[in-house]
Amino acid sequence: MAEATQAYEVGRHPELPPPRSEVGVLGWLKHNLFSSPFNVVLTLLVVWFLWTVIPPLFEWMVLNSVWTADTRKECWARMAVPEDGACWAFIKGRIQLFIYGFYPHPLRWRVNLSFVLLVLAIVPVLYDKLPGRKYALWYAAAFPFIAGWLLVGGFGLTPVDTDQFGGILLTLIIGVTGISFSLPIGILLALGRRSTMLVPRVLCVLFIEFIRGVPLITLLFVAATMLNYFLPPGTVFDLLVRVLIMVTLFSAAYIAEVVRGGLQAIPRGQFEAADSLGLTYFQAHLTIVLPQALKISIPGIVNTFIGLYKDTTLVLIIGMLDPLGIGRASLADPVWLGLAREVYIFVALFFFICCFSMSRYSLYLERKLHTGHNY
Amino acid sequence: MSDVASPGSKPGFSSDVMIQMTGVHKWFGEFHVLKDINLTVHKGERIVICGPSGSGKSTLIRCINRLEEHQKGRIVVDGTELTSDLKHIDTIRREVGIVFQQFNLFPHLTALENLSLALIWVRKMPKAKAEEIAMNYLDRVHIPEQAQKYPGQLSGGQQQRVAIARSLCMNPKIMMFDEPTSALDPEMIKEVLDVMVELAESGMTMIVVTHEMGFATAVANRVIFMDFGEIIEQNDPHNFFENPKSDRTKLFLSQILHH
Ligand SMILES: Nc1ncnc2c1ncn2[C@@H]1O[C@H](COP(=O)(O)OP(=O)(O)O)[C@@H](O)[C@H]1O
Ligand SMILES: [Mg+2]
Repeated sequence: MAEATQAYEVGRHPELPPPRSEVGVLGWLKHNLFSSPFNVVLTLLVVWFLWTVIPPLFEWMVLNSVWTADTRKECWARMAVPEDGACWAFIKGRIQLFIYGFYPHPLRWRVNLSFVLLVLAIVPVLYDKLPGRKYALWYAAAFPFIAGWLLVGGFGLTPVDTDQFGGILLTLIIGVTGISFSLPIGILLALGRRSTMLVPRVLCVLFIEFIRGVPLITLLFVAATMLNYFLPPGTVFDLLVRVLIMVTLFSAAYIAEVVRGGLQAIPRGQFEAADSLGLTYFQAHLTIVLPQALKISIPGIVNTFIGLYKDTTLVLIIGMLDPLGIGRASLADPVWLGLAREVYIFVALFFFICCFSMSRYSLYLERKLHTGHNY
Repeated sequence: MSDVASPGSKPGFSSDVMIQMTGVHKWFGEFHVLKDINLTVHKGERIVICGPSGSGKSTLIRCINRLEEHQKGRIVVDGTELTSDLKHIDTIRREVGIVFQQFNLFPHLTALENLSLALIWVRKMPKAKAEEIAMNYLDRVHIPEQAQKYPGQLSGGQQQRVAIARSLCMNPKIMMFDEPTSALDPEMIKEVLDVMVELAESGMTMIVVTHEMGFATAVANRVIFMDFGEIIEQNDPHNFFENPKSDRTKLFLSQILHH
């Protein structure tokens, strides 16, 4: 039987393009959605599911929604079919409460300024291609203190009591503080746990195991009630500060275990190479061990951060009003009764946007740091 | 065994002693891995150590720069005795470079950064100066064009040459190699050995653990055979290969020369 392929001289075979069905949109569809009968069934099921869920949701959230009204009755009266759309007017009327909590109105510019400064501080931390990044990082390190001063006041600014903080402001304060302090503390704990010196090692193990073994709510209760018993009478130790410390320590214990996993993945040869070049323990960890260990730990670290960020809602148990707390309090308003869906969807959306951004950033970081090497 | 009259140290050598090991012992737990090691290495000498796997070759050279700690005996490197004094360890590590079987490059840094890192942090050089020196050494191992690549993007032979350059750019007086070609595909062994031969010709003091007998014949002043943690026999390459004295050496040579 004659071969249908064209004969090329040995060693002179030209490079041919791949078959049409393997590349482009067709290739993508074939490989990703219809690669096997099971995959075909899954694809069809998902399409059907999206088809039944998305249009009604879109109608409720967008098409039939009402954005201006003073009461729930008025809101529903404005819809073609009552209750057939979202009454965003409720959220809109309370958006200030959701953002600032009970922060005094005339001083809210200080919160706004802090938000702007926060963005300016985060950008150089997240993107390393910025010109003058070194100075921007110094600024980022100073940011918590600047923001603390702006928000709490004193030193020339009107003081604001921290129990007036609430809403997104409160979430951001706890989230950002917890995230930025728990990472360094967690790294130190992980290094301590791997130390060859007995005393630091035992202390770190005890701390990590104790904190991990206790629910965060318990720690928050301790912060809210019991801590005052341990302190000398008359010490003023702000509740928010106590909460910040507890949340930070809680998440640091988890970070420590995630980072320890990363450290364990670094082969002994890396330490030996660093030693033989004369690097000190500190230099070796700063330049060789931690960059690699943290890179491996990114998914776990971000996972812990996302957990921490969502756990900030637990402060509502000790009487602090984060967006969820504000939402629940708002639901008790007699003229707006019955709008739980709007409130929870709004709060869920807020947390989702924050957490999803963190997740995407972590993927970006993993890809950026990949250097073609895997252990 | 003492090597006061070590066969390899020809009269032409100056009497500069670079490494002096006397009665060195080491245990891993109960396991006696180095037994009464006596070894003198002179400036400019090139020593090849061979022996069966597990005989303690790696442990021996790793004791010289304190990657392993010996428990008995004395090790003096260029006049500094190796004790638990961190200053001494530091001094000795500045003088001794080591190249590992598994390269141990830093995978998150480019070839150039692998070289310049220690210059910047240990030698406290400005970055530009460190990179200039690093480039010179990459040039010396014939891969200046790979400077911006990460180890994961280089072939094994290229990685090992980067590792050699990384040690060299710290300007050590002694270079140690622990089976530098054992992890390489056959076609890459030569490019690494070539670099090592060039280094030997430049007068570097070298201790090389290897089974590349061609290399030993070409550049070594002395070949040392180790077995069960002891130095069994040492001689110049010609006599070592032509008339091995001990039966164990003969057996070992017959095994490695037969494949
Ligand atoms: N860190 C260690 N702990 C316990 N035993 C070890 C360790 N390193 C090496 N050994 C043992 O010591 C012996 C000598 O090892 P090594 O010096 O690596 O031999 P070689 O390099 O000649 O193959 C081997 O039996 C090995 O299993
Ligand atoms: Mg070995």
